[in-house]
Amino acid sequence: MGRLEIRWHGRGGQGAVTAAIIVAEAAIFEGKYAQAYPEFGAERRGAPVRAYTRLSDSYIYTRSPITRPDVVVVLDPALGKELYLPGLKEGGALIINTKRSLEEVKKMIGRSDLRYAVVNATDIALETLKRPIVNTAMVGALVKVMKELGLAPSVELDSAIHAIKAVFGDKLGEINAEAAKKAFESVIVG
Amino acid sequence: MMPEVRWRRLPLNANYAVAHAVKDSDVDVVAAYPITPQTTVVEKISEFIANGELDAEMIHVESEHSALSACVGASAAGARVFTATAAQGLELMHEILHIASGLRLPIVMTIATRALSAPISIWCDYSDVMNARDASWVTMFVSSAQEAYDSVIQAFKIAEHPDVLLPVMVAYDGFIMSHTYEPVLVAEDPAPIREFIPKRRDRIVLDPEKPVTMGPIAMPEWYYEIKYQQVEAMKNAYRVVKETIDEFAKRFGRRYPVVETYRLEDAEIGILTYGAIYGTLREAIDIMRSKGMKVGAIKLRLWRPFPYEEVLQAIKHLKLLIVADRAISYGARIAGPVALEIMSLLLYESERPEVMSVVIGIGQRTVTEEDFEQIAKLGAKWLEEKRIPRETIYWGVRGVTYA
Amino acid sequence: MSSELPTWKEIPIAGTILEPGNSVKYKTGDWRTFRPVIDQEKCVRCLFCWAYCPDAAVKIVEKPYRTQSGREYQFSVEIDYDYCKGCGICANECPAKAIQMVEEVK
Repeated sequence: MGRLEIRWHGRGGQGAVTAAIIVAEAAIFEGKYAQAYPEFGAERRGAPVRAYTRLSDSYIYTRSPITRPDVVVVLDPALGKELYLPGLKEGGALIINTKRSLEEVKKMIGRSDLRYAVVNATDIALETLKRPIVNTAMVGALVKVMKELGLAPSVELDSAIHAIKAVFGDKLGEINAEAAKKAFESVIVG
Repeated sequence: MMPEVRWRRLPLNANYAVAHAVKDSDVDVVAAYPITPQTTVVEKISEFIANGELDAEMIHVESEHSALSACVGASAAGARVFTATAAQGLELMHEILHIASGLRLPIVMTIATRALSAPISIWCDYSDVMNARDASWVTMFVSSAQEAYDSVIQAFKIAEHPDVLLPVMVAYDGFIMSHTYEPVLVAEDPAPIREFIPKRRDRIVLDPEKPVTMGPIAMPEWYYEIKYQQVEAMKNAYRVVKETIDEFAKRFGRRYPVVETYRLEDAEIGILTYGAIYGTLREAIDIMRSKGMKVGAIKLRLWRPFPYEEVLQAIKHLKLLIVADRAISYGARIAGPVALEIMSLLLYESERPEVMSVVIGIGQRTVTEEDFEQIAKLGAKWLEEKRIPRETIYWGVRGVTYA
Repeated sequence: MSSELPTWKEIPIAGTILEPGNSVKYKTGDWRTFRPVIDQEKCVRCLFCWAYCPDAAVKIVEKPYRTQSGREYQFSVEIDYDYCKGCGICANECPAKAIQMVEEVK
């Protein structure tokens, strides 16, 4: 049963939930199966939030929460690692929005089993969207990481862009697609 | 030959799936009051109305009591009517639930199930909908956003059938389904859906040209017969629900039996549940089967009328039936509403399984495959030792242990 | 139980009354212990009683009337004793004090 479980970490307002939905939407567009859901409860701008995406080649029956994700995506570099590391699977992938280098991040996290990826999504977002909303850039980074590390099921950049345009509409969709592409190109996977 | 229906595969949560079904069912009037986790159902419907995709009247009201009251009025006037609520909202409607069914109005309502306050919980369990058990509403529990979409369409057909004319409730897990996006096939063009549920003109409605009096006082020599009509209507609903499931499957290719089973044929232990966690249970069955346990799953889709024939048929060969309920009837020895229902059926059966009542998932306490496995193992052990508990097991409460 | 009453099958669904205005078949006049009596001499035809009567039991009848002081009216006001329950609202509201409540004697 091919499945990939992704957990997104951000703050209320950064679009972690939308990112989770975009990746699910891209998979659904490709004819795959997916679930995407927010951390259930009250949503508060600024508070740490989590969202989840589960991708699968076959119909997903389970409604269990994702507690052992294969991939963790961190939208906000200021979140403490104690918030996003727990549960990340042995050998899993950690994708962080940061200005730091891959080596610095590896040292800061200190887990040798993990695969790491860094992307300066904040700068990409400021450049393309003129606002520090990094969710679509992080989607682009995730798509690249899935490709590089051979994670499956994965989604193609084209379908992610399709999903971004479906979610944001024409005008916003265009610049968000740009952010995703830039992050896809510039993410460093180690 | 009917033309083939074209579908769009969209990522929708159950709330949005329901809103799409309401649009595709060409509902005339919607009156609802927002409550978490139902809110986005009505928001999406408002959007459809604003965009001109649905020609309906949206009545903004100040409470759920008013919401259902407005639905009663609109339905009495002949409109196709929809509302949605959860938890305390359903409780506030409770008085009008009986009026809607007593007036035999084919209103359709969805419930994004939520635990009842106090203490405040916005999270999922089925206490709200279980409290409405005796309100004479046809009640369905669904397990996926697709099933929610399909069931709302079916609900109008069932409710408006002249042999039924009862309101219908479609319940699904708050958050666990209401806020989870998953692929849903929705009709590319609503025409085939609308052809499947044509608006009927064969019930008595308020009409100035043909005046009638609805809801008069019924003296003691009249009331009982009128309530007995509802007993018969529920019996008819049992038949009509199944006919509708068949017709829907024939037309649209998706089938949701009133009782669904999984790997149950050769099982010794069956676990029955309803709503979203049936999916979790199915995966748990696969895990347990891979370890050699003879277990199977049963999903209850129809709650009222209770599909006793299908339930008995499904469970009669089992050694042990575990019923995992998501509501508590406080003070009852068997506190799981569905467990209690099934035990009352079994009294008349000479060959019957042992029954173990388990309460799980209260206030959205997490339910995983592992929980089902542990429950099944405990059941198997107790079956072996011939000591199945005579009262409900409260699974996962801190400070309560079973061995 | 009376056998003339319809069975559950024969009663319209939900007990809906299909025949409009059939309340006229139900005469409530024998509920009265006091009956309103209108003094046509004092009555000024203001129709307050007609407006206030909760049972629509005040009738406007085409009976011209001339008072002793010479006032002419084109119509008169009467009580429909088949339906008047004797509540006395008309007598209470009458600004001309033209309605007396008189005990029913049978």
